[in-house]
Amino acid sequence: MRNIWTLFKKEFRSYFNSPIAYIFITVFLVVMGWLVMTGFFIENRASMRAFFGLLPWAFLFFVPAATMRLWAEEKKLGTTELLMTLPVRDHEVVLGKFLASFSFVSLAVALSFSLPITVAALGNPDPGPIIGGYLGAFLMGGAYLSIGLFVSGLTENQIVAFIVGFVLCFLMFIVGAEFVLFSLPHWLVPVFKYLGLGSHFDSIGRGVIDSRDIIYYLSVIGFFLWLNVRWIESRRWA
Amino acid sequence: MEAQPAMIEVRNLWKSFGETVAVQDVSFDVRKGEVLGFLGPNAAGKTTTMRILTCYLSADRGEARVGGYDVFEESLEVRRRVGYLPESAPLYMDQGVVECLEFVSELRGIPGRERASRIRRMVEVCGLGDVMHKTIGQLSRGFRQRVGLALSLVHDPDILVLDEPTSGLDPNQIVEIRDLIRRIGREKTVILSTHILPEVQVTCDRVIIIDRGKLVASGTPEELASRQGGGTSIHVEIQGPQEEVESALRGLAGVTSVSWKAAKRADRHCYVLKASDGETLTEEVFRLAVRRNWVLSKLSAEKASLEEVFSALTSRE
Repeated sequence: MRNIWTLFKKEFRSYFNSPIAYIFITVFLVVMGWLVMTGFFIENRASMRAFFGLLPWAFLFFVPAATMRLWAEEKKLGTTELLMTLPVRDHEVVLGKFLASFSFVSLAVALSFSLPITVAALGNPDPGPIIGGYLGAFLMGGAYLSIGLFVSGLTENQIVAFIVGFVLCFLMFIVGAEFVLFSLPHWLVPVFKYLGLGSHFDSIGRGVIDSRDIIYYLSVIGFFLWLNVRWIESRRWA
Repeated sequence: MEAQPAMIEVRNLWKSFGETVAVQDVSFDVRKGEVLGFLGPNAAGKTTTMRILTCYLSADRGEARVGGYDVFEESLEVRRRVGYLPESAPLYMDQGVVECLEFVSELRGIPGRERASRIRRMVEVCGLGDVMHKTIGQLSRGFRQRVGLALSLVHDPDILVLDEPTSGLDPNQIVEIRDLIRRIGREKTVILSTHILPEVQVTCDRVIIIDRGKLVASGTPEELASRQGGGTSIHVEIQGPQEEVESALRGLAGVTSVSWKAAKRADRHCYVLKASDGETLTEEVFRLAVRRNWVLSKLSAEKASLEEVFSALTSRE
């Protein structure tokens, strides 16, 4: 537990050791704010639907950018040899890195709270979808992060990690989308619908907090983190 | 020395990467209080062996125990007891020097109250005082090497594994680091790899030479040096008719070979004699020269160096 905390601190701090973190957060907030507020007054409704509709797409770019460095840089600099010969367990390293990136993305998302506050000041929004939307955002962010972290471990090139992470997150996102389900044989539809990252987000975003959706996200996170640990173990046998 | 327990035991270790066999059936022991030099040309399997000992890689076959713990089964126990300096000292470039020492000491489980004093000591021992407040990315190669060394020593390990500890250092620093290793080696177990041969003679109690993954020799530096070519070579410079001198030298007892090296002047020639025992032979050469009234302008005996052993054992046709 103490090791996870040490690793977490190091990874979280290293986001802020370079200007990238500040650029990342600023761009995220400006882009999201702009995209949401341009349509806000035209629609003339006090809700956050536009924000949560865009968030999964924004995450496709931002989350792989937040995870691409985590393993790829270690591999490139050879610091895995320093890290993995210290008395730490593989899963502690993976969890430390995951929690650091999760906190970082959560911080960016949390800074967007200014939007619902503005919306609440201007009108009278239904709090259910907003709370659900943020919960969904954290869960979906976590799922994307676990995918991005795993992908980062497969390469020593950060750009490759970003692109592959983006594609994998995108695939996981659209497998449950209507137009994909349409082209599938009937018996596969429920499977794909369940697997898609997007469909669960929509149902939480309506303010319906269903344990099935939460369990789904937690198992996606768990699965990719487990895969990551197994991958590190297997490197020893390379 | 024999009474000391073996801290590192390696038995029939094999490791291959795809088609290439990096380590083939390597076995050796390192005892407590011993500094073992690990010699070999590049890509001989030194780094791979060290990576196996420090639990970074696993082996295909064989057994390795470090500090009494199995490297594969009790990896965490091994890692707790070993200090490891990987080749070319990889470090996190965005960390500060102290930050990086703190990070490693925390993961090493050094309690908070001891940490500060331990880090201060490492800064002192490794001469990091001037760069303490810099970021690692700003440091020169030599200082990074020292930071790497500090990281491997910070938890006061019983066993040290150093992969080319003096690479990237200037001659003064090399001397300092060698002294440090010698001092540490008195009570701890050190295994260090290098391809700088004089370094081995200065710092190591025992040497093993590895080539293309195979162990080709092991012993003290002196033992290894005397094994090659019967021991001594004698350089002689004599003024006299070349053929006569050569045959006379060849006739001396104990001489295994005579080779003509160079003519300084018309009748003054240099020869190299190989012999098993140098001490008495130099006297014989002197007496011979006196008897025949030849002018002897140079006479020196040199022990075969580790370089010769090394190149004889590891040269590739």
